Amino acid sequence: MSRAALLLLADGRFPAGGHAHSGGVEAAVAHGAVHDTDSLEAFCRGRLHTTGLTMAGLAAAAAGGHDPLLLDDAADARTPAPALRAAARRLGRQMLRAARATFPSAELEHLATARPQGAHQPIVLGLAARAAGLAPVDAAYAAVYENIGGPATAAVRLLSLDPLDASGLLARLGPEIDDVAAAAADAATRAMTEGIDALPSASSPLLDITAEQHAAWTVRLFAS
Amino acid sequence: MHLGHSLPHQHIPSVSATRPDGSRRALRVGLGGPVGSGKTATVAALCRTLRDRWCIAAVTNDIYTREDAEYLLREAVLPPERITAVETGACPHTAIRDDISANLEAVEHLEETLHPLDLVLVESGGDNLTATFSKGLVDVQIFVIDVASGDDIPRKGGPGITTADLLIVNKTDLAPHVGADLDTMAVDAKRQRGDLPVIFTSLTSDDGIREVADWVTGHLAQWRAGAVV
Ligand SMILES: Nc1nc2c(ncn2[C@@H]2O[C@H](COP(=O)(O)OP(=O)(O)OP(=O)(O)O)[C@@H](O)[C@H]2O)c(=O)[nH]1
Ligand SMILES: [Mg+2]
Repeated sequence: MSRAALLLLADGRFPAGGHAHSGGVEAAVAHGAVHDTDSLEAFCRGRLHTTGLTMAGLAAAAAGGHDPLLLDDAADARTPAPALRAAARRLGRQMLRAARATFPSAELEHLATARPQGAHQPIVLGLAARAAGLAPVDAAYAAVYENIGGPATAAVRLLSLDPLDASGLLARLGPEIDDVAAAAADAATRAMTEGIDALPSASSPLLDITAEQHAAWTVRLFAS
Repeated sequence: MHLGHSLPHQHIPSVSATRPDGSRRALRVGLGGPVGSGKTATVAALCRTLRDRWCIAAVTNDIYTREDAEYLLREAVLPPERITAVETGACPHTAIRDDISANLEAVEHLEETLHPLDLVLVESGGDNLTATFSKGLVDVQIFVIDVASGDDIPRKGGPGITTADLLIVNKTDLAPHVGADLDTMAVDAKRQRGDLPVIFTSLTSDDGIREVADWVTGHLAQWRAGAVV
C-alpha cells in the first residue's frame, strides 16, 4: 500500500464533486446557526460525531471488504432525508468516476455496473481506499475529514471567515477526528462477525430537515 | 494493489470521442466569459438558429440561481428535458476546469436520455478572464466578452481571450454609446490570438448570431466526419 494514496483521496482538490456541496452549512448559515468561527466549530463537532461517524463506519466497512451493495442499502437506511440520499448518490457517482480513473479495480467496476445511478459516496470512497491498498481506518479518516472539511471550506466562502481560523478549528478537532475514525474502524471490524447492524447509525435530524428545505430553495450557492 | 492489472469491461464514458457503438458522440462546445457579456444570449441564439438542423442540448452553470436555465426555458429555445442546470458551490471556474465531474454527469445524462444528440452547449457561470474549460469537458470553447465592459479587455488578455477556439466580442450595437473603439479591440485581439478567430456580434440585431452559427456548424461537420477539430 501507499500511504500517499490517502492524501490524494482526502485532498479537497480530488476531482469528485465535493466542492459544490456545503454539508448543510449553507442552510445553517441562512438560519443564523452558523455565523462565526465558534458556531462553525460547534456545527462541525456535531456533524463529526453524528453524520461523520456514520459515514466513516460505512467507508471503513467497504474498505474492509464488506459487500458494497449491502452497505449501500445500510447507507439508505441511515439516510432518511430524500435530498441527502440523492446528494449522496450523485456524489457517489462522481467519486466513482474519479476513483475508477485513479485507482482502477475490478470491485469498483462491479459497483459501477450494479449501481449505474451511483452508490452512496462513503461506500465508493471505501472501495477506492481498498483499491489503493489502504486500511479501513484510512478510509474512515478520509470520510470523517471530508465530512467537516467540506462545511468548513463552504463557511469560509459563505461568511468571508478568515481561512486561517477555519484551518485552526479543523486542527483543534484533530483529536476528536482520531477518536471517531478509530470508533468507525472498530465498528467495521465488529460488523464482520456481528453483521452490518454493528455499524454506527448516529443521525442529526436537524441536518435532515434543513437539507430538505435547502433542496427547495431557488437561490443557493451549493448543491447541498 | 490492483493497479496495473487489466480490467474487464472498464468503460469510463466521455474520455472517448466515440460512443460504444462506434458512432461519434455529440460535439461539446463550452461558452465562458465575464458576467453579463452575452453567453446565455449566444446559447439561445445558437439554439434558435441550429435546432431545426441538429439535435441540441444545453448545460448551464449558474452561480447562485437558475436564471440562465430559466431564461432558456422561458424563451422556449429548447424543450425542458434538453436543459440541465449544474450548481457550482460559488466557484464557477472549478466546475468547468478543476473538477468537471458534475458537468460531465450532466452532459452524459443528456446524451444518454436524448440519444442521438449532435451538439451540447455548456455555459459557464460568469467569471473572470482566467476561466477556461478543461479539455476533458468540452471539445471546443468560445469566450464571450462585450464592448461595454471596456474596450481594453482584449489588450488585457488572459487564458480565455488568448486561447479560446473562438473569441466573440458582443454588443457592438452599444459601442457608440460607451465610446468603445472596435478597431482597437480587433487589433488587440489579433495581437493576443494570432490566427485564432474573432467574431464581433450584436445579438440584438436580426440574425446577429449568423457568423457564430456558421463557425459552430463548421466544427460540427468536421467533428462528425471524424476529423481532428
Ligand atoms: N445591447 C445588447 N445587449 C445584449 C446583447 N447580447 C446580450 N445582451 C443583453 O445583455 C444582458 C446579459 O446577457 P446574458 O446573455 O444574460 O449574459 P451572460 O453572459 O449569460 O450573463 P451571466 O450568465 O450572468 O454571466 C441581457 O440583458 C441581454 O439581453 C447585445 O448584443 N446587445
Ligand atoms: Mg448566462
